[in-house]
Formats: sequence, C-alpha cells, structure tokens
Amino acid sequence: MISKTINLTLKVWRQNRSDKIGRLETYPAKDISVDMSFLEMLDVVNEDLTRQKKEPIAFDHDCREGICGMCGAVVNGRAHGHEKETTLCQLHMRHFSDGDTIVIEPWRARAFPLIKDLVVDRSALDKVIAAGGYISVNAGGAPDANSLPISRDVAEKAFNAAACIGCGACVAACPNASAMLFVSAKVSHLAALPQGKPEAARRAMAMVRQMDACGFGNCSNETECEAECPKGISIIEIARLNREYFKSEFA
Amino acid sequence: MSSEVKLDAKIPDGPLAEKWDRHQFNLKLVNPANKKKFQIIVVGTGLAGASAAATLAELGYNVKNFCIQDSPRRAHSIAAQGGINAAKNYANDGDSVWRLFYDTIKGGDFRAREGNVYRLAQLSCNIIDHCVAQGIPFARDYGGLLDNRSFGGAQVSRTFYAKGQTGQQLLLGAYSALMRQVATGKVTLFPRREMLDLVTVDGKARGIVTRNLITGDIETYDAHAVVLATGGYGNVFNLSTNAMASNVTAAFRAYKKGAYFANPCFTQIHPTCIPVHGTYQSKLTLMSESLRNDGRVWVPKKPGDKRRPAEIPESERDYFLENKYPSFGNLVPRDVASRNAKEQCDKGKGVGETGLAVYLDFADAIARDGEDVIAGKYGNLFEMYEKITGENPYKTPMMIYPAVHYTMGGLWVDYNLMSTIDGLFVLGEANFSDHGANRLGASALMQGLADGYFVIPYTIGGYLAGTEFADVNAAKTPEFAESVDAVQRRVDKFLSINGNRTVSEFHRELGLILWEHCGMSRNEEGLVKAKTLIQNLRREFWENVYIPGTGQDLNQSLENAGRVADYLEFGELMVNDALERKESCGCHFNTAYQTDENEAKRDDENFCHVAAWEYTGDDETPRFHKEPLVFENVELSQRSYK
Ligand SMILES: Cc1cc2nc3c(=O)[nH]c(=O)nc-3n(C[C@H](O)[C@H](O)[C@H](O)COP(=O)(O)OP(=O)(O)OC[C@H]3O[C@@H](n4cnc5c(N)ncnc54)[C@H](O)[C@@H]3O)c2cc1C
Ligand code: SF4
Ligand code: FES
Repeated sequence: MISKTINLTLKVWRQNRSDKIGRLETYPAKDISVDMSFLEMLDVVNEDLTRQKKEPIAFDHDCREGICGMCGAVVNGRAHGHEKETTLCQLHMRHFSDGDTIVIEPWRARAFPLIKDLVVDRSALDKVIAAGGYISVNAGGAPDANSLPISRDVAEKAFNAAACIGCGACVAACPNASAMLFVSAKVSHLAALPQGKPEAARRAMAMVRQMDACGFGNCSNETECEAECPKGISIIEIARLNREYFKSEFA
Repeated sequence: MSSEVKLDAKIPDGPLAEKWDRHQFNLKLVNPANKKKFQIIVVGTGLAGASAAATLAELGYNVKNFCIQDSPRRAHSIAAQGGINAAKNYANDGDSVWRLFYDTIKGGDFRAREGNVYRLAQLSCNIIDHCVAQGIPFARDYGGLLDNRSFGGAQVSRTFYAKGQTGQQLLLGAYSALMRQVATGKVTLFPRREMLDLVTVDGKARGIVTRNLITGDIETYDAHAVVLATGGYGNVFNLSTNAMASNVTAAFRAYKKGAYFANPCFTQIHPTCIPVHGTYQSKLTLMSESLRNDGRVWVPKKPGDKRRPAEIPESERDYFLENKYPSFGNLVPRDVASRNAKEQCDKGKGVGETGLAVYLDFADAIARDGEDVIAGKYGNLFEMYEKITGENPYKTPMMIYPAVHYTMGGLWVDYNLMSTIDGLFVLGEANFSDHGANRLGASALMQGLADGYFVIPYTIGGYLAGTEFADVNAAKTPEFAESVDAVQRRVDKFLSINGNRTVSEFHRELGLILWEHCGMSRNEEGLVKAKTLIQNLRREFWENVYIPGTGQDLNQSLENAGRVADYLEFGELMVNDALERKESCGCHFNTAYQTDENEAKRDDENFCHVAAWEYTGDDETPRFHKEPLVFENVELSQRSYK
C-alpha cells in the first residue's frame, strides 16, 4: 500500500545512568509514512541504528493506545508533542511536514530521575497513590452494587477525573514540576463519590504531603499542566482538591 | 501419542450450584496468626495479579509483586475497553447465574469445564459489588443505578462498563487496593523486573529468577508459593491488540520446569480491529466489540466495488451477519464474526485500499438515537479511531478487520488454579481455564478478577495449610544458583551471537507464518509446513540475530530477544496442538472439519478434552496428555446463532 512519506531530522537526548551529562544526537528519519505513530517512527529509526550496530534509543511504551500512560517525551518543547489531548503513542506523523526537525527530550523533573535516554523513573507517582489514593475496603464485604444509587452527573464527574493515566506529562509541563494535576485527579475522583467521602479530607492531606516529600514542586496556577494533559484533566480538579485539603487542615 | 498420566482437575463433588460452597468449606484454613509466616510471590499486576496481591495481603500474607512496566498500573489489562459481565439481572431481561454459565460454555464451543465456569458465573456478582465499593465509576442510568449493555454471544444485557475504558477503571481499582497494601508493608513491589525462570525445590514452586530491567542484575526471590498472572501470549503473532510487553516467557519458563501447557492453539481473533496499513506497524488497535451493538457490519454486494461507502445504495450492500444469522445478527460470537469477515474479503468483497476490511456503520444508530447518545457510549473509541486513521466515524463508516486478541490457551490448572507443579498457581489470561475454544466478550475481566479477588485467596490457603515446607533460602538453596547460571548463560549467548538480523525481523517473520497457517483457519498441510518454517527460523535466530548493547543496562533489544526466542519455541507447540486436534471447535477452525454451512464441526466422540502438553526437552516432541471434559448439566449441541 502506498501512502505519503516524509523525511525528518531528529535531535534526540542520549544519556546513560552513569553519564553525568547527556547530549542531543542527530539522526535522519527517512521515508516515514504519515500513517505511522510517533513511536512507530522511532521504531524505524531504531531498526536503522541497530542495523548499523549502534545502540537504539531507549523509550518507554506499552499499550500504544493512549491508555497505559507508559509513553511520553518532550517533543519540540511540548510534553507528548503539540496535538491536543494526545499521548505520544497516538500522535501520528501526518501532523508533521517533510523536512521538519524534531527535538525529543525526556520528562525533566527533580522527582523523575533519568534512567536512560527518554526513560525516567516515575515511581514517585506510585508513592503518592500509596499515601491515600484509594477507598479503604477489603474484598469480600461489599453490599449489593445497586444499594447505593449515584446520580449520572456525579458518576460522570468522578469518571472524568478518574481518566488520568498517570503519565506525568503535567509534571514535565509545569515550571515548578508540580504533580498537582495528577494528585487532584485522584482526590476528586474519589471525593465525588459517596463511597469515597468518609476518607476524602484525610486522603487529600496525605497525598499532598507525599507529593511534597517526593520532591515535586508547588502549584502556582501556571495551568501548563491542563494544556498538556493527554486525557483532558481539568484544573477544576485542583480547585476541588484544595477544597478537600482545607477541610482537612481545619478539621 | 497417548496419555499416561491422568490429569485430575479436582472438581468437587455435588450438584453444580453447590460445588464451590462445599469446596470452600472443605478447604483447610490458615490460622490468622500464621498467615504472616507465609511469603507469596505474585508475578503480574494486571487485573488478575493486582487483585490477587491486594487480597492476599488484606488476609495477612506477605506478598512480593512483580511486573515489567515501571508501575503496576500500566499492565495490559488497562487497555480493555468494552466491559465486564455479571449475572446481576439488573436489566430484568432473564439473566441468571445459570444463563451466564450456559452462554460461556456454549460460546466456548463446549471445550471448558462445567465446574469452573459455573463458579465464575456465581462470582461475577461479587465482583461488581466489590468494584463499586472501591469507587469504580461505572456507567449509570438516570435513576442512578448501574447501566448495562449487551455483548457478542449473549441475548441479555449483562455487561457493566465505564465508557470505553472499563479495563482502565477496573485496573486502577485493583491498583489502588494494591497500593494501599504497599503502604501497610504487606506488599513489596518489584516493577521493571522480568521473570526469566521458575525455581522448584523438591518438586514444589519455591521462587523465581528475574532480570532487573534497569541494572541488568539477575535476582532471586523465594516464597512458599508462586502465583503467575502474566497475561496472554497473543504477541506470538507479532501483530496483535496486546500491549507490546505482553509475552509467553513467564508461562513458558514454568512449562519448561514441568507445568503443562493446555490448548496452546486456542487463540482468539477479534473481529473489530483497525486494519493493518503498513509493514512498519507495531500493533493493532481494537475497536471494542460493544460497537457491534449499534454498528452494522456490511460489504458491497458486488466483488471489487471500489465506490466510496456513501455512494453504495442500500440495495447494493450485503449486511452479511444480519442476513446469515437473523437471531444474533451483528452480535454473533467473535470467532463466527471474524471468519465471516475473512470469507467476504476472500470473495473479493473487502473494502479499503488493501481489500482486507469490512464496514462497521453507525449511520442508522446515529439517525435513531442522535449523535450525543452514540458519543456517550463510544465517544473515546470514535476519537481513537479518528486519531489513528484520520477518518471521522460519525460521518463515514469505520473500516475493521479481524486481529489476534486473546489466548484461551494457557498453563493447565485444576479447580484450585494450581498447575501441575505443586505450589504454582496461575490466574487470569495466563491460565487456560474458563473459556474453552472461544471467549465471549467481557468475560476476561470477569475471570481475572474472580481468580484474584475471590478464588485464589481461598485455594492458596488450602495449599499452604496442608503442605509441609522445607527451609528454602534464595541465597543458599542451590536450585536458585543453578537457575541464575542458566539465565545468565542465556543472556550472554544472546549478546555473543552478533549476527546480521534484528530481533524484530524474526518476530515479524514468525508472526506471518502463524497468521497464515495457524490463524483464523487451519489445515493439516499448512500446519505441517509451518512447523518446518518455524524450526528453520529458530535455527537462524540462534545463529544470526544481532542484539546491540550490554547486559548490565536497560536494553530493550535484549528484553525482546528473550521474548522472541521463547515465541520461536512456543509457536511450534501451538502448531503441534493444532495438528493434534483433528476437529474444528470455536476459534480452532480446521477447514477439513466443517458443517455444510461452513461452521466449525466438533468431534465430541474423540476430542471432547483439554489437550495438555508436557515439556520433555529442547527439540524433543512434547508429551501429550488429555483431560476428558465431562458434561453433566448441559447437552452438547452444534452451536447455532441463526
Ligand atoms: C485491546 C483489548 C481490549 C480488551 N477488552 C476487553 C473487555 O472489554 N472485556 C474483557 O473482559 N476483556 C477484554 N480484553 C481482554 C482482557 O483485557 C485481558 O484478557 C485481561 O486484562 C488479562 O489480564 P491479566 O491480569 O491476566 O494479564 P495482564 O493484564 O496482561 O497483565 C500481565 C501482567 O504480568 C506482567 N508480566 C508479564 N510477563 C512477565 C514476566 N515475564 N515477568 C514479570 N512480569 C510479567 C506484566 O507486567 C503485567 O503486569 C481486552 C484485551 C485487549 C487487548
Ligand atoms: S493529570 Fe494528565 S498529564 Fe498528569 S498524569 Fe494524569 S493524564 Fe498525565
Ligand atoms: S504507550 Fe500506553 S499511553 Fe502511550
């Protein structure tokens, strides 16, 4: 099948754990079909590098469907690239033009130490969830699922916040490297639901404290996070988080 | 080939509806104070693994939980779209535990165990209760109660969903429960680890060997029992809807240590995926089957009709599923839908540039319900489709084609979910247990969570309470060192071959062989040919693969090499299994065995069994064992969805 192809120049961040400092290396990306995803384009470049017996570019990915949150890189200065509400794996090459130069760098944040090339350590986000991102219920004792009606609007509100994929783009986009959007998404998802209310204030406090402890910065309402979030998580969630947080402070 | 060992599924006695209750009562219990003395390894953090790890920790066991990704939340389960079944009968449309049981047995073309499937149907209701308690934002109707949709292979509405992101929401629920136990210290997480061997001591599973994917260190872990929840092996085909890291390695390593592999040739080809569009393609994207609720599948009546869909009038369209199967229509089971799509394309009626696609059309549904309602149900799927293809499915029909999606085959387990190795339990897609020769939509999430939340917590207790354990220590027991040696030698071997072809090239080639000869339809000649092709490819791999980089570092080529090397052996096992099963059933469609209407023709006299394969050595023919399937409650019938 013949589809349109383009040629690009990539400038890619290369760095090993042991290297003190990384560097941008330049690679050509030739005959790239515009139907490819960004990661498929990187696959092609990596196959070329391998054939030349050079080390391919390390990057994280898994589902390639925009849902696992594993992929991510800063593309021409934008987390996950310039397309709105799109993860890197769902960014398609039809959004680039023949002859473009593309700069690809890892997420940069104190809380996300670099592992290799475009791969960083995001385990701090798991620590934040462990601090309170759940409803404390054990398997076995739940009442019938329909014993607790929840209005459609509330379920929808909870769902919208629960759609966060934990990719960390909000942190990468934030000038303070704050994880506030991520934290607020979980806090508001659970606080919206009656099941989550009893622990809501405590949860907010615990998660924010853990966020600070992990080395994420403070939120100063820059709103860059919302602009780059691939799942359209809104900064309204941060306002909701603040509400729960203040409740806990004054409780 | 004959079977000497009798495989005992340990199905409890008694009437079907009472088996599980009785069994729970008969299982030995671990004294609450003793639970903290036991260590359990859980490999995998998908729905099955995360739910098992969390629940075992809630009970007081010490759990070590492993996954390949950087966070447990990213397991492949996250991508499940359509929903999860439960026999709640909230829709009041005639559903029941019995009906879910029956639909699953029939959908699986009578190649699953009655006892297991009935238990699954019973537990389905508990899952929904627990998930709602966890805060999973399922779809609701205007009264605030849970909403249901229908799915292929069923005539009732029993599928619970959260937009098109049900797997994500269920997994995040299990992940949250897991992280709560991490905070209590009962679960220790080991992300970015790949299990490369199972360690057995005195015939019991007592630990694993992993590679730390960041440092390259080969590490050992011991425990009293090992639970594998490592998912399916669809990526043996290279192109599938599975996440890139999905693999057979963990299961295959266990197979080599004595766990039997059951029904490896049973792989599900899902009818509604975005068609292949180039050789660079890395994966195929599923469009949830729930779309078949409202979408109508059609092709032009005339072969070679290249007009755009809008230019083809109603009278010149063939709604082939509705025409051929009037009672189920577009909702026939997956194997039936896939084969029919292929049949239309083989007749030259396929659409799109490659001719390997059929239309899935929403025009009628949008006219009937309005765009808002359709967007509410499938909004994110439509967006995904548009992102990938650049076409807007609100305006023009989607193009779909079948793709490898799910593997019903897996490690053989008994009713307790224990494999043929004592102390090795297998959950979720990694086992073979409940779906027979074809899985119905929205049943994998159900099975994974039933296994993890509600089955293993009981059955593992029975094992731990009833077993004498020798002292085992990963640092001292020699079996661990031997295993580390073997793993290290294999890593060194990969890096020393220094040939001329990349790992992906081998993977692609293997995938094409299997798709062609061991895919949607099979025949003896093709299978025999595939066997030779795979053997040759495997030989070339070990002589001519090139893997850059070192072992002491994050090295994704090396990781892939290990997985592809296992696929190159496992692919042959699939072919052996397909050759051995001289009938058609469910997904296993051997063209020599079909009814006059081209449906799969079973041979219940000779093949009403589970095929379980025992490893006997590299390049040796594996030994075949049979577990006869006994049907006491349902009558075996020719599946018909007319
Ligand atoms: C696109 C898509 C949509 C689907 N939609 C639905 C649906 O709507 N309804 C439904 O019921 N089913 C659906 N399914 C099927 C269902 O999602 C899967 O069968 C199910 O999620 C599998 O869960 P699991 O826990 O068994 O394994 P997985 O979720 O695959 O998890 C495997 C885990 O094991 C780990 N692992 C694997 N190998 C190793 C190793 N060697 N070492 C260490 N860790 C390892 C992985 O890191 C991961 O944590 C869908 C599948 C796909 C592909
Ligand atoms: S809030 Fe958005 S950007 Fe941040 S982790 Fe979640 S999905 Fe990613
Ligand atoms: S690879 Fe999963 S979100 Fe991109």
